[in-house]
Order: sequence, then structure tokens, then C-alpha cells
Amino acid sequence: MDSSAEAELERGLDGLAPRMGEGATHAADLRRLTAGATQEVWRFELTGPGGPTPLILRRAPGGVRVSETAVGLETEAQLLAAAAEAGVPVPPVRYVLQPEDGLGHGFVMGFVEGETLGGRIAKSEALAPARAFLARQCGEVLARIHAMDPDAFLQLRRATPAELVAQYKAAYAASGWPRPVFDLAFRWLEANCPPPPEQMKLVHGDFRNGNLMIGPDGVRAVLDWEIAHVGDPMEDLGWICTNAWRFGVVDKPVGGFGQREDLWAGYEAAGGPPVRREHAHWWEVYGSMRWGVMCAGMTVAFRGADPSVERAVIARRTSENEIDLLRLLAS
Amino acid sequence: MQDQPTPSEVIGAVAQFLKTVVAAETTGAVSFQARVAANALEMMRRELDLAPAEDAAEHDRLKALLGRDGSLLALNAELSRRIAAGEMDLTTPGLSDHLWATTLAKLAVDQPTYAAYRAELAQRAGAEGSRET
Repeated sequence: MDSSAEAELERGLDGLAPRMGEGATHAADLRRLTAGATQEVWRFELTGPGGPTPLILRRAPGGVRVSETAVGLETEAQLLAAAAEAGVPVPPVRYVLQPEDGLGHGFVMGFVEGETLGGRIAKSEALAPARAFLARQCGEVLARIHAMDPDAFLQLRRATPAELVAQYKAAYAASGWPRPVFDLAFRWLEANCPPPPEQMKLVHGDFRNGNLMIGPDGVRAVLDWEIAHVGDPMEDLGWICTNAWRFGVVDKPVGGFGQREDLWAGYEAAGGPPVRREHAHWWEVYGSMRWGVMCAGMTVAFRGADPSVERAVIARRTSENEIDLLRLLAS
Repeated sequence: MQDQPTPSEVIGAVAQFLKTVVAAETTGAVSFQARVAANALEMMRRELDLAPAEDAAEHDRLKALLGRDGSLLALNAELSRRIAAGEMDLTTPGLSDHLWATTLAKLAVDQPTYAAYRAELAQRAGAEGSRET
């Protein structure tokens, strides 16, 4: 984005300052935090009676929505508000951009201090005490997410496990590149697919190390609700154990920081439905397939909308998931 | 015949330049992206060095497994089709070994430091060692 567009965004936010906080007068010091192709993240300072407060703006690239699977930023803001009410740690939503603001789709939320880099969460000395209880705490947080009312979000996609497998199988087929290991995985996933869940729950969809704000006291905020949907709650418990999110600490399946038994114990103790071990395992295999298909799809994006080196390199991470699938299914 | 130094050597030198000069003397997003670019070039250099032999071995295995000849892409597509159709699975003699050999060869190019790959290599070296003793 060029500097004039950035200045325009800052002016727009400045004008909205009074609606972002009691007695707030100005918004300044706008800085871009990520250069993602699916979402912009900005930080700025809100000036008010208590001094400057850092806030975060999440916005569609250039203010325009591009992703087809994302729920939309307005829905994401609603999810954050409902999650806060359900006792899930999330950043507080301060303001949702309106069409008349002329700044596109997005919302402003509070800035939560902490660590989101998966490798540091799995390995840093400073977070070692948190790692002792983090898996259990993730289970507790997931139980609270799954207790949220899915009927309050009729706009979200509803999908059974079998429908999700079919969706990714179609995405793999569309990539037009044969990957025999993926075919093996799809056969296994179809043959062992859990039935539609007894109760369809609100599923975060991307609950993993890297999307959690962590401090020495544990989970401070659950971020990135953009692929939330309604389905089998076990999906979230499998995804955080998927090998891709262990950041090299392969013997600690929960995010590279904890054990499955602790995750499940926390989940059940906080009121989550009983975890069926074979289903949890199925969702881990599904997770490696899913991330693999997503990586493989990066080639299409690389040859199209986003010809960045970063995109190309992520596409070449597909093979990580192929070895993970072989380790799960053929060792 | 093209001249030397080889593409592999020149790409390696460019990767070094990106890493030790550009990434080191810049900050923030540019420095990060220079490092990503250097890693991408290193990956392509490994592919130039390793793929010819690995592709030939994969081609031989596929011909034996499928009982036919064709391009590497065509044979992979045929293997994909047979697995998807349930005509071949992990009980098929040679299939598991073939998939493992092919996948390990990809990791050697794409992500030789990937923890699961290192763990698998260590396990295999361990099994090999215990067989010998």
C-alpha cells in the first residue's frame, strides 16, 4: 500500500476515534504489522483521557474482501464479542467499520500483549512455566468455545466430517498435480470417517499454536476466527495436535508444548463432550491432509494473485505433510 | 555444452549474498524476505543437485510397480488413480517402500531440517544399526 492510502486510512481512523473509546480524541502512529495477502493487521495509538492506548485494526486487503472461505470481518467481530461473553479470552472489540466510514471491511480491537510466534511458544525459556499447564488450559478454552450457541451464527457454514473431506478432496483434484500419498490419506479418511456429530458445535477452525496469544500466565487471547464454522468439535482438538503446529517439538503433540491427555482432561473437566480417542486421531490425520492441501493450493495463488517468494516456499511445504501422513498411516 | 561455474554453484553464491549481505544490512520485512529468498534459492540448488538421480530411481520404481512405461508425471498420475480407486493400497508389495523413498527424496530437497524428517532418518539409521549388530 502506498503512503497516501496509508495517510488516508489514518485520517479515517482519527475521525472515528470518539467511537473507539470513552472520551477518545485522536488516532495516530498507524503502523502495518503484517503483509498478509488474506488480511491486513495494523496497530495505532488511541489518544484519550487515560493517555494513549494501543489498538489493532484487522482489515480486508485494501479494505476489500478477497477470501471465499473466510467468514467476513463483521462476523469475526460478532464471534469475538460472543466468545468474550462465553468466558473465552479474546481481544475486546472496540469498533466495527461501517460502510459510511469509507474504510472497507474491518474492525478495531484491543491490543493484547504476549507471544504468538509458535516456535518461541514451544521453545522459549521465558514460557517454560506456562508450557506445564498450557495443554490443559487449551482444553478448557476449547470447551468454552464449543459451548457457544451455534444458532446465534446462522451465517456460518455447517459441515459434517465427510463433507469436509469431500471439500478438500475436490481442492486436491483441482490442483491438477498427482500426489499418491494424498490419495492414500483420502482413502483412509473416507474409510474411517466419524459419523456426523450428535451435536453440531461452533468450531473455531484454526485453533493452533500460532493463533494463540500466550504469556507466562497462559492463554491471553484466541485469535484468527476467520474460518469458524459449525461442525464436529473434535476438529479443534485434532488441529492443535497436527504435526505442522508443533514447531519441531514432535514429541509434544499439543502445539509442541503439551500432551494430548492433558488437553483432553482439561476439555472434559470444563464441560466438553467426552473425547473419543479414535476420533481425535482421525482429526489429526485430517489436519495433516488439510494443511497439505492448503500448501499445495499455494501454487495456484503464486501463479496468480500473489507471486511472492513466500508463497512459493509455503507451496513447497506440502511434502512436510506427506511425510507426516506416511508417519501416521504407513509406519 | 554450457560453461561453468554450474547453475547450482551460482545459485548458491546468490543465496549467500542475500543472506550475508542483504538480510544482514537491512531490517524488518526486507531483511525477512531476503532470508526467505535465500532459503528458496538453496532449495532450488538442492533440487538441481539431487533430483536427476532421485527422479530416475523413482521412475524405475514406478515402472516396476505399475507394469508400464510413461513420463514421471503420467506414471504418478496413474499411481494416484489406482490408489484412489482402491486398486492398490499399503498391502500392495512395494507400494509403501516406494511412497517412503519418494517422500524422503522430496524432503531432502524441500525441508531437510524438518523435525519429522530428521526423526524418521534417525529411526531408520537406528534400525539399520541394530540389524548390523
